[in-house]
Amino acid sequence: MATHTLSVLVENSPGVLARVASLFSRRGYNIDSLAVGPTENSEISRMTIVLNLDGHALDQVIAQLFKLINVIGISEMTDTDSIKREALLVKIKAKPSEREKVAAVVAKYNGVIVDESDASLTIEATGPSTDIEALLKSLEQFGIKELVQSGLIALERGGVTLADRTLSTSGVAISDPNSATADYQN
Amino acid sequence: MSNQVTGAQSLVKSLEHAGVDVMFGIPGGAILPAYDPIYDSKIRHILVRHEQGAGHAATGYAQVTGRVGVCIATSGPGATNLVTPIADAAMDSVPMVAITGQVPSAAIGTDAFQEADIRGITMPITKHNFLITNPDHIAGAIAEAFHIAGTGRPGPVLVDIAKDALQKMTDFKWPTKINLAGYNPKTKPASQAIRDAAALIAQSKKPVLYVGGGVIKANASKQLLQLAELTGAPVVTTLMARGAFPDSHSLHLGMPGMHGTVAAVTALQKSDLLITLGARFDDRVTGKLSTFAVNAKIIHADIDPAEIGKNRFADVAIIGDVGEAMTALIPALEAEFKKSKPDLTQWWNQMGSLRSKYPVGYDHPADGSVSPQYVIERIGAISGPDAVYVAGVGQHQMWASQFVKYEKPRTWLNSGGAGTMGYAVPAAMGAKVGLPDATVWAIDGDGCFQMTNQELVTCALNNIPIKVAIINNESLGMVRQWQTLFYNSRYSNTSLESKRIPDFVKLADAMGCVGLRCDTTGDVDKVIKEAMAINDQPVVVDFSVFRDAMVWPMVAAGTSNDDIMVARETAPDWDSQEL
Ligand SMILES: Cc1ncc(C[n+]2csc(CCOP(=O)(O)OP(=O)(O)O)c2C)c(N)n1
Repeated sequence: MATHTLSVLVENSPGVLARVASLFSRRGYNIDSLAVGPTENSEISRMTIVLNLDGHALDQVIAQLFKLINVIGISEMTDTDSIKREALLVKIKAKPSEREKVAAVVAKYNGVIVDESDASLTIEATGPSTDIEALLKSLEQFGIKELVQSGLIALERGGVTLADRTLSTSGVAISDPNSATADYQN
Repeated sequence: MSNQVTGAQSLVKSLEHAGVDVMFGIPGGAILPAYDPIYDSKIRHILVRHEQGAGHAATGYAQVTGRVGVCIATSGPGATNLVTPIADAAMDSVPMVAITGQVPSAAIGTDAFQEADIRGITMPITKHNFLITNPDHIAGAIAEAFHIAGTGRPGPVLVDIAKDALQKMTDFKWPTKINLAGYNPKTKPASQAIRDAAALIAQSKKPVLYVGGGVIKANASKQLLQLAELTGAPVVTTLMARGAFPDSHSLHLGMPGMHGTVAAVTALQKSDLLITLGARFDDRVTGKLSTFAVNAKIIHADIDPAEIGKNRFADVAIIGDVGEAMTALIPALEAEFKKSKPDLTQWWNQMGSLRSKYPVGYDHPADGSVSPQYVIERIGAISGPDAVYVAGVGQHQMWASQFVKYEKPRTWLNSGGAGTMGYAVPAAMGAKVGLPDATVWAIDGDGCFQMTNQELVTCALNNIPIKVAIINNESLGMVRQWQTLFYNSRYSNTSLESKRIPDFVKLADAMGCVGLRCDTTGDVDKVIKEAMAINDQPVVVDFSVFRDAMVWPMVAAGTSNDDIMVARETAPDWDSQEL
């Protein structure tokens, strides 16, 4: 099993999320997380998909995704060449006596306490997945009541954009299907 | 001048602009607005008896002409009746546009009368699909649908149109340019891949041209012939590629796969290089994948990048149109062969001896009944290589692929990927509409025939004189064969009793066709000739045949191609072969 992060530019059209989800389910690919949202271009949405690949080559997944007409560009986001972040909202039970301790933990991970009640504290944090996991681990001692995570989002480092590469008319052709990091574009 | 028209008129104008000359369908509430302008259109609309028939007819039309086939249905059950032929077209990469009416846009999502989410239902079985709720989008969607269906790896596209979009007014404008950011299939192969492929071929001592249906889709039989003769390599044609290369050609070893020839199956198994052309390493060809052609390097030419490496790793991937790939490969190979050309004599000695030792054959039944293989062989021999042969699914399909001799592309139609019983009659109807001057035979099973024979009424009423040979073994024969071989001859629910009921001759007659019967070997030729002489009416011949004939050779499902059997419990005599 290996984890890969794909950024996928899709046409902002109805049904596109269903197409991607249906493709993954019928081909038996495991999705760890999927985040979808608007982009700088109102006609295009961006999906960030974290996949756990077991037996299926990444290139096969990319090629299958590319067969969806609404998929415009795909790029793998590597750890070295991109910034990856997750967002977390978590509600914990912290007793008043523990709140100072909680505040210290939260500060360590650049989190913020965004809501307080007699029975709970709600914390917001964003960061690399490892930080979010570590924060959650540290908060376990206070009793986690409820949590929600955004799924990973990622952006390449440097001046290049995925849209630049995949929306230009000349673009990068589907080159070497055996190279795991090849950009795919039609 | 204003181009104000209804959405329905826009739809029909769009179909006309797309070059549609015929479509197959049945009206109903949601699509009814479209049927009004259809009434005035120059497009021929053929009113079928079941939407499944419309879908397979569109496929048959597309398979023989290479054009996009069109079918049309209403919402809900009309649309869901198209699901099987759409899935069938997707599996066999057939260019098709299916148009369905949808409930009015305000009612979508309310479980309205005859509402079905056909876009959702067909998402996994179409190349693409559309739900149109705005009349201004109809022309664009139709233009895109035809473009997507007919280019790249062909496939079915569904356009679902809400009733109110058909009724409202719009400005008709046929798009001059199609701009799909996410769709631009690459047809020209990379020159490096061509050079790499040529270099591999020039080193191979046991090459095989593994030819799939893509060669027919690409209209590339000429290039294939050149490439084959240049390399001198054995050629095998898959079930979807029968006719892509002449059966009479000395380089042809026949069909590989579960019911392939010993020579074709063994050539793939023992090869050191598979030159794969528009084929997809389907399980029915590879048998148990881990034991398939273990010593072979793979050149894989396909227009669909997702086929590369899907089932089998490709040493050289040629992504593009397979015709263009061969056109580029030929001069590259000529250059390589000037340096050195491998000697294939030993390879041919082996394969040639397998071919002559294990031709596909059959025995006449000991009980004096008619051999189904003989019937099919005679239909092929009498009708010749210009006729079109359309099979159902089952034993008769395999025999039709084995015992009819195909010389030309687009003369053999079958449901290869999906294995859809009921394909033959409606697909033959579509084929005959596409090629009205050709003799079109549906070679059907008595089981398959009972799934879709109602389209013979359509044929009779619309002057579509197809010929149907029912290979009547009074059983679901292929399933019965598996029961014989793998379930101790326990024939659970495979007896159809169709020598008793129905009376196929009367049924044919009732549907406005000529019904003929043939019960003896001696009458086979005479009855086929009788059927050949009737060209103003559909003909149905009930050939009563031996019940227990089996399809051989056979590689049992899930086993290795190495375990091919030429008859029950009989493996080829490998010891006498040096492989
Ligand atoms: C729609 C559908 N249902 C079931 C099957 C499974 N099946 C495959 S072959 C076969 C028997 C076909 O019988 P028949 O048409 O009489 O042809 P035969 O094998 O006897 O030549 C069946 C039931 C299928 N392929 N398609």
